[in-house]
Amino acid sequence: MAAAISKTVDMAARAEMAATSRNRLLSTPALVIITVFGVLPLLIILVYSFLKAAPYGGVEWRFSTDAYLNFLFQRDIFDDTLQFTPDFLIIYFRSAVYAVATTAICLLFGFPTAYFMATRPPSQRNWWVLLITIPFWSNLLVRTLAVMFVIRDEGLINHALMALHVIDKPITMLYTNFAIMLGLLYSYLPFMVLPLYSSLEKLDFRLVEAAYDLYATKRRVLWRVIIPLSLPGIVAGCLLVFIPTLGAYVTPLILGGGTHLMIGDLIAQQFGTGRNWPLGSAQALILMAAVLIALHFYSRAAGQVKHG
Amino acid sequence: MNKAGSVERRSAIEALGVSKIFGNGDDAVRALDNVDVTIGENEFFTLLGPSGCGKTTLLRLIAGFDFPTEGEIRLYGEDIAPLPPFKRPVNTVFQNYALFPHMTVAQNIGFGLEMLGKPKSEIDERVTQMLRLVRMEELRNRRTSQISGGQQQRVALARALAPRPKVLLLDEPLSALDFKLRKDMQIELKRLQHETGITFIFVTHDQEEALTMSNRIAVMSKGHILQIGSPRDIYDRPAERFVANFIGDTNFLEGKVKSFAKGKARIALAAGGEVDAGISEGVEPKGNVTIVVRPEHAAILAKPGKDALKGTLETIVYFGTDTHFHVKLASGPHFIIRQQNRHGAEDEFKTGMPVGVEIGANAAQVLKD
Repeated sequence: MAAAISKTVDMAARAEMAATSRNRLLSTPALVIITVFGVLPLLIILVYSFLKAAPYGGVEWRFSTDAYLNFLFQRDIFDDTLQFTPDFLIIYFRSAVYAVATTAICLLFGFPTAYFMATRPPSQRNWWVLLITIPFWSNLLVRTLAVMFVIRDEGLINHALMALHVIDKPITMLYTNFAIMLGLLYSYLPFMVLPLYSSLEKLDFRLVEAAYDLYATKRRVLWRVIIPLSLPGIVAGCLLVFIPTLGAYVTPLILGGGTHLMIGDLIAQQFGTGRNWPLGSAQALILMAAVLIALHFYSRAAGQVKHG
Repeated sequence: MNKAGSVERRSAIEALGVSKIFGNGDDAVRALDNVDVTIGENEFFTLLGPSGCGKTTLLRLIAGFDFPTEGEIRLYGEDIAPLPPFKRPVNTVFQNYALFPHMTVAQNIGFGLEMLGKPKSEIDERVTQMLRLVRMEELRNRRTSQISGGQQQRVALARALAPRPKVLLLDEPLSALDFKLRKDMQIELKRLQHETGITFIFVTHDQEEALTMSNRIAVMSKGHILQIGSPRDIYDRPAERFVANFIGDTNFLEGKVKSFAKGKARIALAAGGEVDAGISEGVEPKGNVTIVVRPEHAAILAKPGKDALKGTLETIVYFGTDTHFHVKLASGPHFIIRQQNRHGAEDEFKTGMPVGVEIGANAAQVLKD
């Protein structure tokens, strides 16, 4: 009897092991992709950032921390001393301001949009999702150029305003901070709306009724019930907007006209005209580290709100 | 409408000519059709009916989640129909409890008071008091996801009672609980209603729940209130076929009115013999009528007298506490008799034997339709 039981247990254990190894096998493609397209390039960047720049691009295979030193300091060409130069930091800071502002404005516009979508009858909701995702069907570059055509001096808005005699000379919008913000907002709003929508769609609206029943006004229902319960969507949406806007390249380049350098342009320059691959690699890694640190504090703060 | 059983009380809630139509055009659904009902102060009032009868719609109109298409809803004489829910001193216990998952038990219970702007010390005190009332003191700081269904039910009750509403609305609050817990909560609800003195309006489709808990019951069907009365009224003297059918088991017998006086009619049954049957208020029976007799209000006789209805015993079903006898009457219809099982009683009945059915005094009731 005991032997039979132990045999059964043994068989169960073996079946489980077989299942585990089968599951491992199934996850292999994903692991390969992550390794080849994620871990490996990152390692290459890491290695490059600790090498010396070759004069015409590429790297020399000699260990060096110059790239990281160059990020904050400039070597005086006469006496070889290091001098603190905040130029790169200013660019990083400017990018961070853009990213935070874009995220905040996306949240401000995205939340009501997502709420509106989530409160439509279920049969209509997919149409709204479709409408929100339509911009994705065309290329980012094309969309950004479209924005450019709308806001440039001879563009749609200025033409219309001048035809209506609201203004008599065009308002300069292109190549300004406003243009960059508008472009970022336009490109990344769906990334805010969709996670918010999926959170709000799952929201149990009976809870809203319950709060309403317990003397909460509409505004308090929003702050005390709807926002706390849609926090996962808010967190996800903010991350999905903040991270890509921080490293945005095409939008600031086209709509900012290169006058307002941002991290994306800066890094691209190092690999292009700058011919300093190690510096570009270091800049990319510093950006990544900054994002990770920001994320850490953000998720902690979000967690506190949730359990507060 | 049967006003019998109404008690002289101040009215807490009055619905006057209330109709509710959902949708428009061809899709329009009339969920409530010209409903009038007066619910007294400190009453345990039940809206009973099958799903889709309009009982939950009426409750939602009183709570303020929906607004009536026509008619008035008055709370102590004041028309509250246009007010939003947060301006009505009425709270709801929801069917699925609808507890806030991001708050603790205490925060849930205190929510209403907090929204009313009460000071923290008062909220704390009241929460403690409510937790004691529903016997949950030790779970104060738990999350609502960490407590059982029955406990969630109690928290939902405490949360709705904490702001001392003038009227408490309960939307099938026991339907998610298992049988044993449901029985306990029925008693618990009665106790809470008694201790708080708050008017309870309880919605259920469970006739037994309605009978055991209510002061008065309104039986609803297809947007109408068919009958309002005490549980005994509703059970013993159903006015309509639907009410008789929906609540308990019933025998229907056809007959002809021979004579009638105040509240009583003499009916000649198609099955033979005559009975005295009660009449609902405002009904003047004549011609062919249907009467109802509850299974326990009739007796089965092995040696019938001459007034008894004759029939053949078809089936005997033993239920432990009682036995059901299915009799096929000589005139055609089936008749069920429920008899309590007494210890040591002999089995004098066998299937297939001829038996008599005797309808008890005042046991029959004439139906309106």
